[in-house]
Amino acid sequence: MSVDRTGTPLVEMKDICISFGGVHAVDHVSVDLWPGEVVGLLGHNGAGKSTLIKILSGAYRADQGEIRVNGEAAHIHNPRDARRYNIETIYQTLALADNLNASANLFLGRELVTATGLVDDARMEAETAKIMARLNPNFRKFRDPVSALSGGQRQSVAIARAVYFNARILIMDEPTAALGPHETQMVSELIEELKRQGIGIFLISHDIHDVMKLCDRASVMKNGQLVGTVDVAKVTDDDLLGMIILGKHPGQHAAA
Amino acid sequence: MAETTGAKAAPKQGFLKSLEIDTRLLGMIGAFIAVCLVFNLMTDGRFLTARNIFNLTIQTVSVAIMATGMVFVIVTRHIDLSVGSLLATCSAVMAMMQTRWLPDMLGLEIGHPLLPWVAILAGLLTGAAIGAFNGWLVGYLTIPAFIVTLGGLLVWRNVAWYMTSGQTIGPLDPTYVAFGGINGTLGPAASWIVGLGAVAAALIALFAARRAKAGHGQPVKPLWAEAVLAGLVAAAILGFVAVLNAYQIPSARLERIFEARGAVMPEGYTAGYGIPYSVLLLIFIAIVMTVVATRTRLGRYIFATGGNPDAAELSGINTRLLTVKIFAIMGALCALAGMVASARLANHSNDIGTLDELRVIAAAVIGGTALSGGIGTIHGAILGALIMQSLQSGMAMVGVDAPFQNIVVGAVLVLAVLIDILYRKRTGAR
Repeated sequence: MSVDRTGTPLVEMKDICISFGGVHAVDHVSVDLWPGEVVGLLGHNGAGKSTLIKILSGAYRADQGEIRVNGEAAHIHNPRDARRYNIETIYQTLALADNLNASANLFLGRELVTATGLVDDARMEAETAKIMARLNPNFRKFRDPVSALSGGQRQSVAIARAVYFNARILIMDEPTAALGPHETQMVSELIEELKRQGIGIFLISHDIHDVMKLCDRASVMKNGQLVGTVDVAKVTDDDLLGMIILGKHPGQHAAA
Repeated sequence: MAETTGAKAAPKQGFLKSLEIDTRLLGMIGAFIAVCLVFNLMTDGRFLTARNIFNLTIQTVSVAIMATGMVFVIVTRHIDLSVGSLLATCSAVMAMMQTRWLPDMLGLEIGHPLLPWVAILAGLLTGAAIGAFNGWLVGYLTIPAFIVTLGGLLVWRNVAWYMTSGQTIGPLDPTYVAFGGINGTLGPAASWIVGLGAVAAALIALFAARRAKAGHGQPVKPLWAEAVLAGLVAAAILGFVAVLNAYQIPSARLERIFEARGAVMPEGYTAGYGIPYSVLLLIFIAIVMTVVATRTRLGRYIFATGGNPDAAELSGINTRLLTVKIFAIMGALCALAGMVASARLANHSNDIGTLDELRVIAAAVIGGTALSGGIGTIHGAILGALIMQSLQSGMAMVGVDAPFQNIVVGAVLVLAVLIDILYRKRTGAR
């Protein structure tokens, strides 16, 4: 399951800085991602991982730094731009409109329309049924607003939205935080499958065990700065914990 | 898990559930019918006469037109307190255009066939522009809509005053006045044609929706349920037309019409009014707004933004521009409502539309639009306007003192929202 890192990286974020009212939320951070790779982003609350990733997904604009997608400079000013680069995001909050049903959420901002330009609800529902059959075969509540769904069902709608549109780069912000063991397993299997398809995944997580199990590399952040990026196979849980808590880089394990 | 038990006998469904009619809408219709019946009893049958229903209908149009726009505003968690004043400004522009500015500046004589249309166009542009400006203040400069439109309430009321120097402007162009209600109706024959056309359109729409669902292998309601629904819709449309046709034009007025044509009215000639143009306009607006709300991207984005503004933003929706569009639509609808209101009175008066903002908001809220955002229907808002107007004119007919009328209307507004909250809690819906 080793990742081929000989070509061009899928994403390079170089020297990214962003500050809010004088606080350096992200301070000269560089990370990269290769096809078929899962890179974990670790750190305490407020370490800057979500902020970093929101720059890539277009929710924030960096004050400084460069983003490259497939080796070419990418200009991402808003979420629409990110989608154009096939960057899809599953937000921690899921970012679902609770009053709308699953298919309306899945296609939000990218509705299928009929020849007359009206939204084609029937076709969107059918497409939603197709993708859900793959992700969550027990899902039935296509007509209900997503507020009526369980945590796991809502999560699968959010995941379906990211997967349906052929993402090349997937950002998952705490995808298993609200899930039970069975659903967490489901997400793990999905990540493995997406990896095989050559999709690159940034996985933000609090859970070191998740990261050790699912990720190829881990980038650890503390106080807005990058502590380091390590090859998960070459470090122990304790090494990662040390990076997160103490900001101490296990020098001998440093990866490229 | 579920699969093993499924595919046995089809689950039994209740009558209403098979029809797939919103129980909330049903409750509102029930309340409306109850209001009508009670007033009818108290007035010894004067409330449900063709004449009163006709009047009730044309009195509702102006507020109902604005209420459809207010649904979009409230669904996106905003509010518009300036609609009454905006109506006055638009009405003033249209009145001044056709009586002073166009005749004086462009030399179009009073009575020129272009006058009313240019005036209406100017009014629409004024309304849309002011609305868009409000939306820009709210969306791009992030001033709360409450403040922007509270300011607008004062500003536009007095802009209208300034433009007209506080005078009543009239008489207005006869073609323009035809949009007011009683002075412009289709007549019985054309009304029947429109009614039958509406029935046909409704049946086609029902059929097309069913076929689209079935085409994607989705469950459809039983055929008998479709038939019952179609029957109810057809009966409602044709019944409404029949009532409006039943209201007879007074013979003195008919005589004048014949005189104007240079003819003599035959002995015993009678004619009904039929559907007023203003009601046709409202129906047209209701259909367009419903299609926008449920079948267009714009509508989808409006509801998504109301449900979760952050999610809408992250989905790539330009919520700022959306706000501008919503307020621009509201402004244009204020202009149309102003046209109907001033045409009904046959002149523009300085106090036109006063307190309409409250009636419009009340109509939308009684009609099920949630101030917390994300929920609301166009037909609900129109029904809300109708209920409000029925209460008001019903109480006037019964002879309730004016202060009590307003007290009742205010109490009903609060009560309606309370019932709505209880209903949503019980059904667990949204």
